[in-house]
Amino acid sequence: MIRILKYVALDILKTKIVIAYTIMLALFSWSAFSLEDNAAKGLVTVLNIVLLTVPLVSVLFATIYVYNSTEFIELLLSHPVKRSMIWKALFTGLSLSMTVAYIVGIGIPLLIFTDPGTALIMIISGSLLSVIFVAIAFLASILTRDKAKGIGISIMLWLYFALLFDGLVLFLFFQFSDYPIEKPIVILSALSPVDLCRILMLLRLDVSAMMGYTGAIFQHFFGNNWGLLLSFTLLTLWVVVPFYFSLRKFNKRDL
Amino acid sequence: MIEIKHITKHFGKLKALDNLDLTLEKGQCIALIGPNGCGKTTLIKSILGMVLPEKGDIIFNGQNIKNNNEYRKHIGYMPQIGRYPENMTIGQVMEMIKGIRNSNEVLDNELYEQFGIGKMLHKKMRTLSGGTTQKVSATLTFMFRPEVLILDEPTAGLDPVAAEILKAKIMAAKKAGCLILITSHLLSELEGIVSQVIFIQEGQLILHKNTTELKRDTGKDTIAQSIVHLLKAQTV
Repeated sequence: MIRILKYVALDILKTKIVIAYTIMLALFSWSAFSLEDNAAKGLVTVLNIVLLTVPLVSVLFATIYVYNSTEFIELLLSHPVKRSMIWKALFTGLSLSMTVAYIVGIGIPLLIFTDPGTALIMIISGSLLSVIFVAIAFLASILTRDKAKGIGISIMLWLYFALLFDGLVLFLFFQFSDYPIEKPIVILSALSPVDLCRILMLLRLDVSAMMGYTGAIFQHFFGNNWGLLLSFTLLTLWVVVPFYFSLRKFNKRDL
Repeated sequence: MIEIKHITKHFGKLKALDNLDLTLEKGQCIALIGPNGCGKTTLIKSILGMVLPEKGDIIFNGQNIKNNNEYRKHIGYMPQIGRYPENMTIGQVMEMIKGIRNSNEVLDNELYEQFGIGKMLHKKMRTLSGGTTQKVSATLTFMFRPEVLILDEPTAGLDPVAAEILKAKIMAAKKAGCLILITSHLLSELEGIVSQVIFIQEGQLILHKNTTELKRDTGKDTIAQSIVHLLKAQTV
């Protein structure tokens, strides 16, 4: 595993996309913190950037990378290497590089401009978000052999989780506002990792006005610590479940 | 050495392998022949564990290959069209495979020297011609002194000099007691190398015989003529 991971990591570094991504994140966050007069405002700006760009870059880069690794996978398979190891090494390599890019680009300014607790939660949730979207990319790319289709699926999933989902929840809430639907809405919000991350951050920041509808309800139900714990558990599930299914499918695939 | 027990594989509606049953023994050099799309490559990929048959088992040295990968240590595989990571150079690919195999045996660098790979180490895989890619594949196949060699159209795309070098290498491996499985459409090329012939059609085994037996039975002088004779007899 470590041996394969070494080659994957070297190869990712060579593409330079990850380095460009790190610089882009750093530019965003440094300018957000320097332009706003108070750190809390800057943080909300950074949060919004993170919730949009981190999933997009993670899901797209990982999908394209997995498709481009077809030859690499085929080459390794004729040697004494366990099939699942190849898939796990690819996943670990991509997750690591996206996470490191995030921590260097966003994590460092966070630690400088905000209090350590908030910075820590933001770093953890952003890193989880990167890994989650890498896992989603693995699932999307194992579903079809057609690269264009695979990338299409990835973009659709990102669009759904990053933009459509909160709107959908709000729409449902208005449609069924005569009924007691707070509980179903809470359960619904667990169905989107991006919303979960938003809730996680804003529970900490205590700015419920900016939380989006789902966040407001979430806070009402869980209070702070419970909400944190539950959100982290759900986020971890969002990594494990898509990756597990992609791994199962990869093990049964003909190459 | 390799037992293939009743394997069946479909690709969608297409039946690639149909209840195929074979035993491949050590020290034999076996030609795997048949028309295009008859299941040769599928059979090879099944032995390598790249294609997973729906039914049946493949036993390698007494071990079922299902969920097993260690047996591939003993196999050298040369694909029909070698596909390599495009951004890597020849040197990097070689280093990577050495690193992954992590074998402490002395490497066989004969082909490496004869093909002059050392002079091309900095070239990217993407820029290589088909023939050069085949040379890299052949070098990697023989490098780890495998007991079983699986060669899918080994000489296709190679220039005559390189093809002769490769043939000499195959002969040497046969003398050393390796099991060699070759597919090729150029039957005349196989003459003198192979000791057994396996003929597959539409995923089914049509024939598995020693070359001497085959020639005697059909009354012809070469493998090529015998096979053509058999095919004609079938269609009549």
